[in-house]
Amino acid sequence: MVPETYYTMLSAILFSIGVVGVLVRRNPLVIFMSIELMLNAANLALVAFGARFGAADAQVLVFFVMTVAAAEVAVGLAIIVAIFRLRRRLSVDDLSLMRW
Amino acid sequence: MELVTFFGVAILAVASALGLVLRRNPIHGALFLVVNLGCVAVLYLLLGAEFLALAQIIIYAGAIMVLFVFAIMVLIPGKEETGPDPLRPQRLLAVPLGAVLLLEAVLVLRSHVVGGGSSRFPGHQPGSPLAAVPPAVRPGGIESVGRLLLGDYLFAFEVTSVLLLAALVGVLTLAKRKAE
Amino acid sequence: MDAALLPLAPLVVVAGTTVVLILLDLLPPRTSKVHLGVVALVGIVATLVSALFLWGRAGRAFSGVVVLDNFALFFDVVICYAVALVLLLSLDYLRRNGMERGEYYILVLFATLGMLLMAHAADLIVIFLALELMSLSLYVLAGFFQARLTAAESAMKYFLLGAFATGFFVYGIALIYGAAGTTALDRVGAALGSATRDPLLLIGLGLLLVGFGFKISSVPFHMWAPDVYEGAPTSVAALIATGSKAAGFAGLLRVLLSTFRGAQPDWTALLWVLAVLTMTVGNVVAIAQSNLKRMLAYSSIAHVGYMLVGVVAGGPLGAGGVLFYLLVYSFATAGAFGVILLLERGRQEAVNQDDYGGLAARHPVLALTLALFLLSLIGMPPTAGFAGKFYLFGAAVRSGYIWLAVIAVLNSAVAAYYYLRVIVYMYMRDQEGVPTEPAPSFAGRLALGIALWGVFQLGLMPAPVLDLAQAAVAPLLR
Repeated sequence: MVPETYYTMLSAILFSIGVVGVLVRRNPLVIFMSIELMLNAANLALVAFGARFGAADAQVLVFFVMTVAAAEVAVGLAIIVAIFRLRRRLSVDDLSLMRW
Repeated sequence: MELVTFFGVAILAVASALGLVLRRNPIHGALFLVVNLGCVAVLYLLLGAEFLALAQIIIYAGAIMVLFVFAIMVLIPGKEETGPDPLRPQRLLAVPLGAVLLLEAVLVLRSHVVGGGSSRFPGHQPGSPLAAVPPAVRPGGIESVGRLLLGDYLFAFEVTSVLLLAALVGVLTLAKRKAE
Repeated sequence: MDAALLPLAPLVVVAGTTVVLILLDLLPPRTSKVHLGVVALVGIVATLVSALFLWGRAGRAFSGVVVLDNFALFFDVVICYAVALVLLLSLDYLRRNGMERGEYYILVLFATLGMLLMAHAADLIVIFLALELMSLSLYVLAGFFQARLTAAESAMKYFLLGAFATGFFVYGIALIYGAAGTTALDRVGAALGSATRDPLLLIGLGLLLVGFGFKISSVPFHMWAPDVYEGAPTSVAALIATGSKAAGFAGLLRVLLSTFRGAQPDWTALLWVLAVLTMTVGNVVAIAQSNLKRMLAYSSIAHVGYMLVGVVAGGPLGAGGVLFYLLVYSFATAGAFGVILLLERGRQEAVNQDDYGGLAARHPVLALTLALFLLSLIGMPPTAGFAGKFYLFGAAVRSGYIWLAVIAVLNSAVAAYYYLRVIVYMYMRDQEGVPTEPAPSFAGRLALGIALWGVFQLGLMPAPVLDLAQAAVAPLLR
């Protein structure tokens, strides 16, 4: 039996990679995919914790997060496509995402 | 055995996550993300969450990633692809990754089917840890998830339906061009 | 109504109105959608009435994931006031911009439903879903004027940073679940009481704060606000600045004051720093803005800093002060955005300081209205801003946070500069070129009138509402 800590450690690693991805990448689609990576890592942590407690609650929570992620992807991609209609180049360089 | 599987899948998951972040080409990133999502689905199986493993494949890898790949194909012009042959690096990476993933999945599924069988027929393998619990309340089982979903979490379930409706209206708003 | 559904009455009314709107949108007339706005307004007023009617009641529904208490009801009132003002302002603003579509009102109501749900949620997963319902609707609304590049870009920026914050929020929920074995707020609180200083719980709380910090646009999660306020339709900017901020505070206060009360020393230290940073960055950067919408964005960030002072002070005085200030701030900010929204210069919205030169001479009433809202934001007596700041900073002093109060007062003095600059433009300068003219809008003027009434009602007679605000936080502090 794999200790549940291993799973949470792995989820922490994946979450961190996702955060780094959001911060270093410039293409909005890749940023968005990195955010999906973060959500996925959170889901993995939830399921691992749920296995520790022997309760199905965590799985229900993950199910909700998946639903939200699906809705978010639909809206997000619609926004990104809308901006692309106006400007034929897809980069957030000029958007200066982290400007003060 | 399980430990070996875990580490194999874990390494693949981390590698694919790094691939998503480090590769310049968004389409490679999307494929890496698919691998990553698949790895997490395998981990769900290892944790005894069969329902989520399936939902992960159907919702994430199936629906969400198809949307992503579609958006990338529509939005990113060919000239932004890196390398002389855009398909070559993709193929080179995809083949071993896919093979490893498949191997892991087969191994996990094999070990898990035995475990699942024991829970369904508790009398056959009394030594199995799952044997003591009847299937209806086994935490990972779809029964208990369904009961919670329409029991304690009924309100949250209803809210997700409203959320999906809102997303639907939102996407329609963005997609519909005003006829002028 | 079924007794089990009674705690949900405000939510049910908004949800029902939304469904009615979706159906009405399909029916003729196709050219004018004002009737949808009117129906939405009726629904919001009905929600407001139901919230006032329920005042003093307490209850729970659906396995305890939704609560009815005075805290939630107070936020219902704040949010309904803000949304009603926004709807009044929107009625002909959309037509003037050639974007009159039914989806606008539907999405505003969806966002409202999410905001109200935030105030009523007693489970982390419901807070998460409410946050997302509100955010998804607002992302689309921010990009509603699709033909403008700034609108599309601000929507994308809002969306990406919002989704980023959501990622932290979900991970925070996961860690808290891992530490407590539940997401129900009261049971998490109980787990915190038994196992003090579980690092997993505290890190989880920190990640939740990232999510909330983004929604209320506190430094360092404020980068989206100026661009989104500038790019979004002005009515939507007003909604984001008032309603969604109130909803963020509703979730934040419930989680901090009631669930994580056991960890108060830990989060107080963190919020102390955040409050100082938020006030100072907001005010200092606002000085450099010549675009009024951007200026109001930074000013709204600074006001979040003042409200965080109240959260740090804690207790019925501090937390009650935050609730009171939210109402005060919502009236003044929605009003200021309302004036901007009504003014046009050469078929463009008048958003630059230059557009306001000499406004007092040609449109004295409108100029005076804007001046009064800005004076309330400064905190001049007898406007509501003075009473709000007085209670907030007073609570900080009484809780022993003298330095925090001093920094807050100094910040208010700095803020006076950029608000007064606009007033100076209106009263002491002349305008060259095309004059700025107000749009003839009855609904818009009605909204300004209501906001002005709020600013003076709360400024001249703050005690009754402050008592209500303190009664509202009582169930959390018990």
